Amino acid sequence: MDWGAIIENTFRGLLGEQFIYFALAAIGLNMHFGYTGLLNFGQAVFMAAGAYGLSMSVATLGLNFWWGLLLGIVVFPLILALLMGIPTLRLRADYLAIVTIAASEMFRIIARSPSLDRWTGSSDGLTAFANDFYDMSPFSTGGRYFFGLFIGNQMWVVLVGWIVLALVVLLVWLMMRSPWGRVLRAIREDEDAARSLGKNAYWFKLQALMIGGVFGALGGLLRAIGTQSAQPQNFITDVTFFAWVALILGGAAKVGGPVAGAAILYGILNFTDVFLRQLVDNGYISESIMDGTQVGQVRFMLIGLGLILLAAFRPQGIFGSKEEMALDDR
Amino acid sequence: MLTLMSHGRAIRFRRIYLLVLAVVAVLGFSSGSVSAQDDNSAEVKGSLIGRDDAGERIGIADVTFIASDESGSEAGRAVSAADGSWSISLPPGTYQVLLDESTLPEGQTLRNPDKNPAEVRLIEGDSKSTLFALGTPVEPSSEGSTDETTEFVEETSSVGGITFIQLTVDGLKLGLIIAMCSIGLSLIYGTTGLTNFAHGEAVTFGAVLGYVFNTSGIFGFRLHLIPAAVIVVSVCGALGALFNRAVWQPMRRRGASLVAALVVSIGFSILFRYVILFFFGGRAKRFTDYQIQEQWDLGWFRLAPKDLVLMVLAVVVLVGVASGLQFTRMGKAMRAVSDNRDLAESTGIDVEKVIRQVWIFGSALAGLGGILFGLTESINWEMGFRVLLLMFAGVTLGGLGTAYGALFGSIIVGLFIQLSTLVIPTDMKNVGALIMLIVILLVRPQGLFGRRERIG
Amino acid sequence: MTADTTSLFNGVAWEPGAAKNDPILVVDDVRRSFGGLIAVDVDHLEVQRGAITALIGPNGAGKTTFFNLLTNFDDPDTGTRSFEGQDLGNIPAHRVANLGMVRTFQLTKSLSKMTVIDNMLLGATHQRGESLWRSFLRFAWSDQEQSNTERAEALLARFNLAHMRDEFAGTLSGGQRKLLEMARALMVEPTMVMLDEPMAGVNPALKQSLLEHVKGLRDEGMTVLFVEHDMDMVQEISDWVVVMAEGRIIAEGPPASIGENQAVVDAYLGAHHDAPLDLGDD
Repeated sequence: MDWGAIIENTFRGLLGEQFIYFALAAIGLNMHFGYTGLLNFGQAVFMAAGAYGLSMSVATLGLNFWWGLLLGIVVFPLILALLMGIPTLRLRADYLAIVTIAASEMFRIIARSPSLDRWTGSSDGLTAFANDFYDMSPFSTGGRYFFGLFIGNQMWVVLVGWIVLALVVLLVWLMMRSPWGRVLRAIREDEDAARSLGKNAYWFKLQALMIGGVFGALGGLLRAIGTQSAQPQNFITDVTFFAWVALILGGAAKVGGPVAGAAILYGILNFTDVFLRQLVDNGYISESIMDGTQVGQVRFMLIGLGLILLAAFRPQGIFGSKEEMALDDR
Repeated sequence: MLTLMSHGRAIRFRRIYLLVLAVVAVLGFSSGSVSAQDDNSAEVKGSLIGRDDAGERIGIADVTFIASDESGSEAGRAVSAADGSWSISLPPGTYQVLLDESTLPEGQTLRNPDKNPAEVRLIEGDSKSTLFALGTPVEPSSEGSTDETTEFVEETSSVGGITFIQLTVDGLKLGLIIAMCSIGLSLIYGTTGLTNFAHGEAVTFGAVLGYVFNTSGIFGFRLHLIPAAVIVVSVCGALGALFNRAVWQPMRRRGASLVAALVVSIGFSILFRYVILFFFGGRAKRFTDYQIQEQWDLGWFRLAPKDLVLMVLAVVVLVGVASGLQFTRMGKAMRAVSDNRDLAESTGIDVEKVIRQVWIFGSALAGLGGILFGLTESINWEMGFRVLLLMFAGVTLGGLGTAYGALFGSIIVGLFIQLSTLVIPTDMKNVGALIMLIVILLVRPQGLFGRRERIG
Repeated sequence: MTADTTSLFNGVAWEPGAAKNDPILVVDDVRRSFGGLIAVDVDHLEVQRGAITALIGPNGAGKTTFFNLLTNFDDPDTGTRSFEGQDLGNIPAHRVANLGMVRTFQLTKSLSKMTVIDNMLLGATHQRGESLWRSFLRFAWSDQEQSNTERAEALLARFNLAHMRDEFAGTLSGGQRKLLEMARALMVEPTMVMLDEPMAGVNPALKQSLLEHVKGLRDEGMTVLFVEHDMDMVQEISDWVVVMAEGRIIAEGPPASIGENQAVVDAYLGAHHDAPLDLGDD
């Protein structure tokens, strides 16, 4: 057993790229669910909007990287939020849930369709759109940084990710202390009360959906840059629930909740992943029980189990308080 | 029963049987994807059947098939087995599949050499059949042979010549199966308020369990699909009761919020799905029985005998369910609880008992739906999740929480999916249904049969 | 009852649908049905400006449904409503509040996971800080927030809630929540206040103070319409009473006249014999 590798990977989970992508996605969900009470089960599509907004702009349309950022962070997610929000936000909460999960499936079908290969690269996805980003890297490609955890390009992604994450956390903190944030919290608790006081609940919910979507898109865009590819596989429906687990784990309606949740989640997932692989490789678990491919499936089972246990037994998460917010709110 | 029927029909359609040597009858919508780790997630396959000197149908062995990709380089090859079957696993893409004529045995010739190689387009999770017909070569220009020449039939119904009526029949079949699966979803929602995302996994589980019984080598024996289906339906019903007892009843007792319940059901959906993947594997599989059945050509449309039986069975079950809801004591109680739980409770209805019955029936029907889905297409680990979204579309169209609305909504969704292939690519047809879902919410959120008050 | 409010009704007939001297709210031919049941069927109603009007009726008379229709929390099948001459036809509920008509709810909707002061501040209208773009720029709205806070604190003091300022609203008693809801409604600076059963679930000690607060609203020039079961309260503070039964308005007049009205007596007594289906009043 190579305990060094297990520990190293656990730390990479706590601080590395996956943590950043999903912390951003979970912050978006926190805006949706934690503060406004919207049930978005399609955060993966917002992530995909960021990833494909950038990659299609650059790789398909031939625009430059900066235009790609604009499309990926702003244009695509806003259009998506309007498409999903306008029909559903006047209705009971489960309609948004159904439409967002349906949007995930639509994304999967469309992104994989060979008939749109020219635009989306179908199953293989798109590549070679992030060169401008890596050209800006101050780190040498071969070097190891941050206690040797990250190699050159990876370090550059992680550093930019940390900065983006810090800015987003600050922004959310400021917004939620404002009258705007107060209206969102009122809507979460009782939409009719907010409406009776002259607040356009529908419009505020739409704004929250858009802003949370933009944060999700940022996570997806960074993921596309980090993996240097935009593939349907990375944005399937189940990806949404990684962000959900991160959110509930850390505690919804807390500014730092999703960040802490994502770190803990990826710490646990990476640990289990490497630990199980080592067990398989060293023969502690026989190949007939589990092979390398199946280890990858275990993390999804953990996500499912995590959702069940958290929602049933600790809906306020690790750091949240029951007084302010819990899953058991409505 | 199925085989008997096909024999009876075989006499009347003998001419087609002589000419079309193997037709794969599986219609339906695109099967789902296979796990990410699996690159060769699609396959092309077929069964090479010829006639011996006595005119009996026999499988032709040891014939080589070569698939080449768009650049012309070989992507895979296969040699037919003793029964004539062959298959090549490939990544998604477009391929030319060539039957190497030099490997054909003496006396066997391709009926239509122009159609060799054949072009096949595969998307992820596909399992497409390509038919190479053997017999006396026809002149390419010969007139009047249109009704005898179905040189190859792709199993998805995307090949030209498919009429509006054919799509309507296919859509009806799909819709009936969705309806069968969605009754439970709708009733559980109606009686408990829970949008049960794990309902799709009941469908998958039904199909997978049917496969396990229907395939030798797992229990050491093989059950015919019909008794297997009976067992599956019972097991699914029992598991539904267990699931309710172990998870949902305690949650109701604790007064858990609907959002918490919803998230728990999603957790179970993911957990079950990946447990199934773990044991079942990522590759699409098929039942042993009724796998390949020749289709009847009924003039306006083509239909495999199993599909007719399946549709009749679905109609019988659905009519049974509807009349059960309408006329039996239990059905009336279910509708009463759906309509107003407190009122029902105050009139002496044992609400928990009704909920238990809803779980049993809903899960049993979902399991049966899984078997029927497995019959019309392949079985894979996430088929239920795909179907779940179609169920949502159907149930929403009909009106969330209304019992009959779910039936009609599902059938309309099935029709819509198939007919939409007239205008959009087949591999994207489910998108049409999902867009319809969104449009319904925009214009008539209460669904076709729902009341305005329900959506408040 | 002060003399100047009775004079508001000089020359007004004591009959259903009577025209008022200075109506602020006018309803015409409003109907609303649920399934096959007609919950509300009002031909004509005018509400006098600057007075306290009570809307009473037996259980299931359709009062709350009517109330929801007046405040646009529900849409009628047919009919028109106008407030200050403005047609409420296709106006969303929140716009009605911004026009100056604010409502409370039968089951109080104090936001229990927010503090009392946040509840109050939510009521203020035209807040610059409620714009997404300015939300994270504190300097763009902090002065307005400051003045709103001062106004909120003054109202809290008036409603004897100042000591609860920073508590979660969930910790308040039922009566305090009613007070908070009323105070919060005043933050909107309304011209008309609609109270849905303000006395429901309030202990007798607090009732008197609530009554005084309602009278205070009128004395400040606001119009009040309230739904109530408690006949004592109706007699004590209302200037005009509107009686509904089975979705229709069956009588109107000053409080003293209502007890003698035969239609009203029939409606109340009849309700015991043949209670129509409860349409959600309770």
